[in-house]
Amino acid sequence: MLKYLEPHSEPVVETLRIAKVSRRGFLGTTGAFALAAYAMPARAFDKYPTGAEGMPHGVVEDPLVFVSIDADGTVTLVAHRSEMGTGSRTSIPMVMADEMEADWNLVKIVQAPGDEPKYGNQDTDGSRSMRHHIQMARKIGGSVRTMLAQAAANEWGVDPATVTVEMHEVKGPAGQSAGFGDLAAAAMALPVPTHEEIAYKSEDQFRYIGKGEVQITDLRDITTGAAVYGGDVMLDGMKFAVVARPPVVGGKAASFDATEALAVPGVESVHEIPYGGLAQKFAPLGGIAVVASNTWAALKGRDALKIEWEAGEHGSYNSDAYMEEMIATSEQPGSLARDQGDLDAAFGDAARTFTRTYTQAHIAHIPMEPPAAIASYTAEGLEIWAPVQSPYTVRNDIAEAMALDPENVRVNVTLLGGGFGRKSKADFVTEAALLSREVGAPVRMQWTREDDVRHSFYHTTSAERIEVSLDAEDNVTGWLHRSVAPSILSTFAPDEGNVLPLEQGMGLNDVPFDIANIRCESGKALAHTRIGWFRAVSNIPHAWAIGSFVGELADELGKDQRTMWLELIGAPRQLDPQNSGLPDNFWNYGEPMAEFPIDTGKMAHVLNVAADGIGYGKDLPEGEGIGLAVHRSFVSYVACAAHVKIVDGRITVPEMHMAIDCGFCANPERVESQIQGAAVMGMSVALHSGITFENGAVVQSNFYDYDVVRSDNYPTVTTHIIPHPFSVHATGVGEPGVPPVAPAIANGLYAATGDRRRSLPMGVNV
Amino acid sequence: MATFTVNGKSVTLDVDDDTPLLWALRDELRLTGTKFGCGIAQCGACTVMLDGAPVRSCQTQVGTLDGAEITTIEGLDGPEAEAVQNAWTKIDVPQCGWCQSGQVMAATALLKDTPKPSDADIDNAMWGNVCRCATYVRIRAAIHDAADTLEG
Ligand code: FES
Ligand code: FES
Repeated sequence: MLKYLEPHSEPVVETLRIAKVSRRGFLGTTGAFALAAYAMPARAFDKYPTGAEGMPHGVVEDPLVFVSIDADGTVTLVAHRSEMGTGSRTSIPMVMADEMEADWNLVKIVQAPGDEPKYGNQDTDGSRSMRHHIQMARKIGGSVRTMLAQAAANEWGVDPATVTVEMHEVKGPAGQSAGFGDLAAAAMALPVPTHEEIAYKSEDQFRYIGKGEVQITDLRDITTGAAVYGGDVMLDGMKFAVVARPPVVGGKAASFDATEALAVPGVESVHEIPYGGLAQKFAPLGGIAVVASNTWAALKGRDALKIEWEAGEHGSYNSDAYMEEMIATSEQPGSLARDQGDLDAAFGDAARTFTRTYTQAHIAHIPMEPPAAIASYTAEGLEIWAPVQSPYTVRNDIAEAMALDPENVRVNVTLLGGGFGRKSKADFVTEAALLSREVGAPVRMQWTREDDVRHSFYHTTSAERIEVSLDAEDNVTGWLHRSVAPSILSTFAPDEGNVLPLEQGMGLNDVPFDIANIRCESGKALAHTRIGWFRAVSNIPHAWAIGSFVGELADELGKDQRTMWLELIGAPRQLDPQNSGLPDNFWNYGEPMAEFPIDTGKMAHVLNVAADGIGYGKDLPEGEGIGLAVHRSFVSYVACAAHVKIVDGRITVPEMHMAIDCGFCANPERVESQIQGAAVMGMSVALHSGITFENGAVVQSNFYDYDVVRSDNYPTVTTHIIPHPFSVHATGVGEPGVPPVAPAIANGLYAATGDRRRSLPMGVNV
Repeated sequence: MATFTVNGKSVTLDVDDDTPLLWALRDELRLTGTKFGCGIAQCGACTVMLDGAPVRSCQTQVGTLDGAEITTIEGLDGPEAEAVQNAWTKIDVPQCGWCQSGQVMAATALLKDTPKPSDADIDNAMWGNVCRCATYVRIRAAIHDAADTLEG
């Protein structure tokens, strides 16, 4: 149940609900009084439609699901999204608490297990946590505050309009006072008010929202080692397992001999796991599992296995040769993703054309915590503890794989030691569950870093060819972008090598340039490994190509990068999807275009802010240069200005300025930390991270040959958050920082040295 | 069979001598604050103190530890550790947090050695500690903050 693949129904606009009847036996005259009392204007918060309603199981706004208040006043809030470092486990409850007037010090957070019918969609991906839940969180908090006030009014026999709620205290007109705990039972039995019945706080009344002063709830536990992640749950009688997986996707063990493995002290049993392959969604790859009394024994047992692997049909995948094929495909017309104006005429009339091709290798996510999960299968059912981004999907997938009733499967979500898309795919959890049933004991499945690098769901690889037509005055009259990349679809179903509208919508056909004639095409490419999504997904290759191309075009036309970008972006306007040659199934991150338009004014603004921040245009010494790039993704706009400096033959990036327009910003501190992180992860993508295949198997294995940015070469990142009121809808944060970084570094490298690199990763040495 | 202390308590482990301390801590002693990131001394997530100096527990075999004193994140204390942990929370360093036990260990060891580290000292000392979430900027700021606190 990949979120990107779900058909999106039209967002449901909540209409006024009149005199909603209680579900809880709320009685007679008090009820009428309460309903009247709830009828207040809600001007501080105009509800707007988002794609949230179109997600599987939508959004649940029932405070009774998310909030409980103890007699001592402790407010317990449910976090239903997975925490992998973005702060959503803190930020969404923080919004609830603020709108509720709860004292954050009296708030406890509990993590929801995978149960979407109860909690609403839980797929923590797509940079959607705040975008899709800020309204729900305000509604829930406002509901509880309203219900507390009503309960107090009922008890004191006063008009609820005279009751105020402030920092965990409810006050009446004659000096009455009650704590949340005193009123909890009565309040929670009242009907839940409608949106229109809630007097929402105005923005100047926010205590926590927009301030960035609330610390993440797990902060202290993380710094003292007490925080609990996937592999940290300890069950009595637990066994420890690792798996030897086929080096090539779809491969199998032709034969194996476990004699020596079973002789390793501590090794208890060896099991064959059913084989998966492409188009099997998130099913395990299969292989030979070793179960032992501790992880080390399991690892030694795995080393002692003698396995004859059969590669299968993808054993001939060589990614370098495949890249040449993809480049050749990009020379030919592909299927249309956008056709605006008359591109053929533009090219026919052109004074000249300018063409460049860019490539990008596969990427593995390598979250710092390699996949690990714990499963306990008993007669009562299956219980799981796992660091997963989509716990309800996991629950259903495993129930299906093991022919269990999903009702008897519980998926507890631990903290995630990083996710980046890898932990949306729960093959490692299914492995644990299958083995627990086999051995009749709880099992911890541990992936090593080598397992993680070699058996991922890789970010796609791509060839991107961009060609423009220029008139005699060097105006750009036509834009032709052909993208060739295996699709995520191949992981879900046998495919024919065509990408999905959602992949095209991520930076290919939504290009907002002010060019009369635009054509975007996708060329066919079949997958030969499991393609997944990595932080920012298809935006990475698309932004890489477009951003690098703008830099090259600027140079070709003798302009500076900022001028070139601003000319192409054009005057502030909103892209009209009807008149832009976009297909009917154009994908705007699942959001309605009217509410989340493509706004060139915002795009130009973040570019200018980042460029001004770094002092673009200033004189720099030999061997230094500044690169610029800007990209819209996840309905946010991010620009990167990167200062590149060559030091001892190495590309270093001492400084970056990142500017983000993510609409209303609920937690600036976490937005800043996400952007700092995205800047550096984007730098890893630019310089280091490339997965290649030889004879179907991944060449790299651990940090020494699949490195990432370390403390010897990272930029100080200055993050500029464009301020907006609540009425400017909150948009994505976790992912959109990544795409503009690699092209900005490439443009900066060119400015520093004249060395133009067109393949990712571009390497760290000059 | 080796006997050593972990966070001040004597332990005797009946595991193979070549068992990495990392897995002994996590699986046998159930001290899960020490994290696994690479298994080959490339990431620093598994850093613990051995007789007061930081080591990679994934590359430290239990059989070599007879009589040693091991301190893990769960038992880390002293003025440097306290200053580091307080700075970590004050500056909101962690994102996912997985690397942070190792980062706190490495930062504590650095400050014991070099009470007033420069940026370069910090970046060199912390080179072996990977943070995939990339909290490097804040780690540096937090170490300076901890150094200031210690200086009083
Ligand atoms: S796990 Fe020991 S250094 Fe990475
Ligand atoms: S905080 Fe996630 S790896 Fe460092």
